[in-house]
Amino acid sequence: MTLDQLGIGKKSRILQVRGQGALRRRLLDMGLTPRTEVMVRKMAPMGDPMEIHLRGYELTIRLEDAKNIVIEEESAG
Amino acid sequence: MILGLAGNQNCGKTTLFNQLTGSNQHVGNFPGVTVERKDGVVRGHRDVTVVDLPGIYSLSPYSSEEIVTRDFLLSGRPDAIINIVDATNIERNLYLSLQLIELDLPMVIALNMMDEVRANGGTIRIAEFQKEIGVPVVPISASRNEGIAELVETVLETASAKRRPKRQDFCSGAVHRTVHSLAHLVEDHAQRIHVPPRFAATKLVEGDGPMLEALRLSENEKDMVRHDVTEMERELGTDREAALADMRYSFIEALCSRTVVKPAESKEHRRSVKLDGVLTDKYLAIPIFLGVMMLVFWLTFGVIGNFLSDLLSGGITAVTDAADGALRAYGTNPVVRSLVIDGVFAGVGSVLQFLPTIVVLFFFLSILEDTGYMARVAFVMDKLLRRIGLSGRSFVPMLIGFGCSVPAIMATRTLSSERDRKMTILLTPFMSCSAKLPIYAVFTAAFFREKAAFVMILLYVMGILAGIGSGFLMRGTVFRGNPVPFVMELPNYRIPSPKSVLLLIWDKARGFLVRAFTVIFAATIVIWFLQTFDTRFNVVSSGSESMLAIVGRFFAPLFAPLGFGDWRSSTALITGFTAKEAVISTLAVLTGTDVSGLPAALSRLFTPLTAFTFLTFTLLYTPCVAAVNAVRHEMNSVKSAVGVVLYQCGFAWIVAFLVYQIGRLIVG
Repeated sequence: MTLDQLGIGKKSRILQVRGQGALRRRLLDMGLTPRTEVMVRKMAPMGDPMEIHLRGYELTIRLEDAKNIVIEEESAG
Repeated sequence: MILGLAGNQNCGKTTLFNQLTGSNQHVGNFPGVTVERKDGVVRGHRDVTVVDLPGIYSLSPYSSEEIVTRDFLLSGRPDAIINIVDATNIERNLYLSLQLIELDLPMVIALNMMDEVRANGGTIRIAEFQKEIGVPVVPISASRNEGIAELVETVLETASAKRRPKRQDFCSGAVHRTVHSLAHLVEDHAQRIHVPPRFAATKLVEGDGPMLEALRLSENEKDMVRHDVTEMERELGTDREAALADMRYSFIEALCSRTVVKPAESKEHRRSVKLDGVLTDKYLAIPIFLGVMMLVFWLTFGVIGNFLSDLLSGGITAVTDAADGALRAYGTNPVVRSLVIDGVFAGVGSVLQFLPTIVVLFFFLSILEDTGYMARVAFVMDKLLRRIGLSGRSFVPMLIGFGCSVPAIMATRTLSSERDRKMTILLTPFMSCSAKLPIYAVFTAAFFREKAAFVMILLYVMGILAGIGSGFLMRGTVFRGNPVPFVMELPNYRIPSPKSVLLLIWDKARGFLVRAFTVIFAATIVIWFLQTFDTRFNVVSSGSESMLAIVGRFFAPLFAPLGFGDWRSSTALITGFTAKEAVISTLAVLTGTDVSGLPAALSRLFTPLTAFTFLTFTLLYTPCVAAVNAVRHEMNSVKSAVGVVLYQCGFAWIVAFLVYQIGRLIVG
């Protein structure tokens, strides 16, 4: 599944970052590398973008961009 | 000696820069791009200059901020890099550090916010950490001004000894082998263009286009690079960019697990999450944001702004009256007196009237920015601006445009992408500024008494629609290509430092005065000159004979298809270029009445339809000279400023033409 499908408050680990160019590089640079744990904090009031928690900080990312981030099937937590 | 100050956004870089330099700063742009460059002399070291580089997360070739930083560090060859690292967010911050180390320049890591880490029960074993990362590390607290002296001392010592990073190899396995072999392969090429071979090699492994081009490898060498990288990708089962990012983060994770004792969760972070529970809440976020902005507007353009403006204009009037009296008593030639009073004093006055707005507005804006709230606004409002190719970051500057375009354009500085900044600057003037209100007020009073509110709202909406339309147009033409991705950090909320707020206000106010003075002043004098004399340089007795009227008559036919071909309206539009309020005063003078008698006089000059067309044109045509000058400065380009004037005039003409022609069909 991909990050945009992860429920609010749920945690998972990144498997792969798809896509190309500036966006993909930016995601990798911000620490969204394989095996990193991410948690969905909330959605913006208009439903998009989402706020995630990783490596001890919060990051916002648009849902269409989050589709590029493949994560492990939902685990407990 | 030159030092480069590099670090992530929101890591306290500006605070450190202010602590290092005091008010001794020079603000400009990097050559060729609209990326801010701040230089300052280090306090107590007159021969040491520190350059504040843009806040970045990486040295990728994808954003102008990152490219500028890279170019500065590679070709400017500073004597040392100060890399500021936020200790409370150390993993992601060190990612940039590892790339900076590859540049093989003397470097010192300033570990900021150590006080916060310690207060939460965390520690960093500095000696061990420093040994592993290979560059000196100095713990500091920029906001409390702690450790700054030690930092400066260490940096100067490292720079004078030209002590380079002790270690550059942070990788293992396949990445290590590939970087190593490519570094050998391209060594000669790299040295020729003065780039450290290791840096060149890692960039090649990442697939960095600009670096590949700059190195000018032979076809054979390019093949070898491709071969090595493909081998590596196959061995690792991942691609080149992910491999390097993964390698860096793996090293950082290992380093941190050995040397950093993290507190469970810092109280600052807990507090932030709690605040966000309210401030970015599903139902509360938007009402709170609107409330905050309304308060800022009310205080800026209402209470405080009005108070300061009144004070200022009272002062100006007093000085003007005194000067006028003195000149009269002295029996000065009336033309000279007019030059001093209507030219010089009016010019100075029109520059100064912007000042209270700028000071008060930037006071609030810098607080909103430094607390971290602005990032939340971007998060909350992003969806609205995405369609026109912008991000939520542009929302606040555009909103300020409804007050005054000048500070709105200046406020785009905080946008982190050059493309977004430029596009926001170009769209902001379409937001109807408050100086146009008096024009709307007089015209609606004269023509649309019962529908005054409706006409006003209609005009504001037309402005917004024109902005959206232009956004689509630009996205399809000038700003084609992919926007910079909106992947933005939401930093912890912090209490802003009063020093940073004051320095920003000082910088904006001084910058505006220095830049605007000549331009606005010159424009006012030119208009005075044209208004006062006829073509034979005799003082005119009535406005209709002045050179300005001749210019107005010259342009009048241009406006005939819009329904207001009278020379008086075109003359008023010309004076409106110096300041929008001048449209009304000029119309009053030329129709031989005062502002109170103007609605009656206007009804002889316009029909309701042409009045509305005139308002449409006024809404959309060129921003005032102060705003145009702000565009010139922020875009660092005269061409863009002229482009804005021409584009908006053309746009206004077309829309007004359509409004008039369609209106005529309807009215009959």
